[in-house]
Amino acid sequence: MTQPLAIDVRGLTKRFGQKLAVNGVDIAVPEGEVWGFLGPNGSGKTTTIRMLCGLLSADAGEGTCLGLDFRKQSETIKRQVGYMTQRFSFWEDLSIRENLDFVARVYGLPNRKMKVNETLEQLGLVKRQHQLAGELSGGWKQRLALAACMLHDPRLLLLDEPTAGVDPKARRDFWDEIHMLSGNGITVLVSTHYMDEAERCDRIVYILNGNLIARGSVAEVIADAHLFTFLVEGDGVRALSQKLRGAPGVEYAAFFGAALHISGRDRDALARALEPYRNTPGLHIEESQPSLEDVFIHLQEQAT
Amino acid sequence: MSAILRFFRRFSAARVGAVLMKEFIQMRRDRLTFAMIIGIPVVQLFIFGYAINLNPRHLPTAIAIDDPGIFARSLTASLRTSDYFQIVKATNSPGEARRLLDEGDVTFVVEIPENFTRDLVRGAEPQLLVETDATDPGASSYALAAINQLATSALARDLSGPLAMRSATNPPFDVVVHRLYNPESITQYNVVPGLLGVILTMTMVLITSMALTRERERGTYENLLSMPATPLEVMIGKIVPYILVGYIQATLILAAARWVFGVPMLGSLTLLSLTLAVFIAANLGLGYTFSTIAQNQMQAMQMTFFYFLPSILLSGFMFPFDGMPAWARVIGEILPLTHFLRIVRGILLKGNTALEIWPNLWPLLLFMAATGAVALARFRRTLD
Repeated sequence: MTQPLAIDVRGLTKRFGQKLAVNGVDIAVPEGEVWGFLGPNGSGKTTTIRMLCGLLSADAGEGTCLGLDFRKQSETIKRQVGYMTQRFSFWEDLSIRENLDFVARVYGLPNRKMKVNETLEQLGLVKRQHQLAGELSGGWKQRLALAACMLHDPRLLLLDEPTAGVDPKARRDFWDEIHMLSGNGITVLVSTHYMDEAERCDRIVYILNGNLIARGSVAEVIADAHLFTFLVEGDGVRALSQKLRGAPGVEYAAFFGAALHISGRDRDALARALEPYRNTPGLHIEESQPSLEDVFIHLQEQAT
Repeated sequence: MSAILRFFRRFSAARVGAVLMKEFIQMRRDRLTFAMIIGIPVVQLFIFGYAINLNPRHLPTAIAIDDPGIFARSLTASLRTSDYFQIVKATNSPGEARRLLDEGDVTFVVEIPENFTRDLVRGAEPQLLVETDATDPGASSYALAAINQLATSALARDLSGPLAMRSATNPPFDVVVHRLYNPESITQYNVVPGLLGVILTMTMVLITSMALTRERERGTYENLLSMPATPLEVMIGKIVPYILVGYIQATLILAAARWVFGVPMLGSLTLLSLTLAVFIAANLGLGYTFSTIAQNQMQAMQMTFFYFLPSILLSGFMFPFDGMPAWARVIGEILPLTHFLRIVRGILLKGNTALEIWPNLWPLLLFMAATGAVALARFRRTLD
């Protein structure tokens, strides 16, 4: 038996004037999974998420969100979805407690006080509950926002770049939290620019200029790209990058830290382009498994 | 000296130019603001330039004639041809004329008593009774000055032949003026209750015009929309607190009116507080509508002022309502402040009852319903 789908939409389309922001996107997320939503800025991630939770009306497309028609029953869907906006969108001139209390009231939660107290305790913010939300640091704001989205026990979480501008430790904690929620059966669709976050997802989808162009597990997406990558490290590697760019077989050359990644779909051509530098002293060349980022840069380069 | 030199050495015209250019570009980008900066002064110049008249003419007048004689007819005829008076009602019942004055339908009642002609012919110096609504003392002063002159010259033609000697005694009758509701013509009696309406208009519209605009500017609007609150729920929730604020303001102003300015309060304060609720809600509804339109707080503020100016100038607060041309009165009749001024002056100074203020209460209710409906229709449930 296949797992029921939390999100099952086909042909999702949104137009802003002349611009096609989202073009016939199909997404099917099984319940309880964590899906990563990747793509460059302006590729349509936020628009897609907003359509799923009823904040934007779709120009075309059909399907269900939590078993409900996402176009007609958006009000019912809203009650079961937790949506975390890209920019902190709780009230900065309300205290932490007042923000949680407001959300609990709007959703009409029973045992409101208890629920808010519990949440404050889980967050570890009991002592700071009367502090204004605007005074919190980026990491705390994001934790508060997640807690507020979770207050009404949604079955589906839509997170729009939740970890942008958050420090590495806070990011890790945040992802541990997401995995814990997923363990409790909550479905998560999270957009991100971070590869390490993408690798923590069950599946990823990659959207570019409104088109969904890759999907699957990280390994599948990498395999589907049919990409070969060589790593070049050592003295004079910076000068080499200029020479290799545009060489036959080299589709792109990019630095990852100190290492230069040379990628292309034709392995032999790539090897030939690197051949003249094989024996340069101090330069170290080896073939490597392409990373997810290699694949994404490749996909983006291909499109331009 | 060296400080000045240093100042000029540090000063860079190029940097001023950079800031200048940036401001011009930003000014041009915000089309609505730019259009308002250019358009509003022009519109207002013409509206107010033509509408405001400090020497109001065509004041609505009722005449109560209890005398069929020739002099009464002459007087009526000359009142009719006069610029100052617009006879809207001719009756033989002084009671009915007085009721029109109470309800604010007329500003003047000219009462020609029984046997006016007879007494005049006999040389008995009959009385010509003029009652005027002095709630706004300024509105009727010119017309009052005119009426003596008018009456005397109107009768001059008739007082010929054997009666010519009657016109020599100048005037041949006694013009008795009753300044009703405000017999001492105290300006505060008119202005202070009026300020109640003006201040409420200003603050209520301004506060609510920011209601949604602020949420939109701060990015919390998206969050609010993603929650299961309906537009009506949001609107009521955002408006009700300010009804309370409005009541606090009203209480302060009325207390000052009573104990500082000594404004008489003849009518029912309960009735006044009920109409206050409607008036406050009407203004909040309008402000809320503005906030569904304005993209930023700057625009919300401009809309508020665009509304506030005609409210002050065309409502009868600053200038006599009856002195304005018909088209300006039509604009004035739409404004809630116009009706509220009549109500508050009516209740406080004239002791008006619910029945008497009803003609001005239903326009307020209508305005409130209309702005509420527009605001709800404009409230977007999505970010489209």
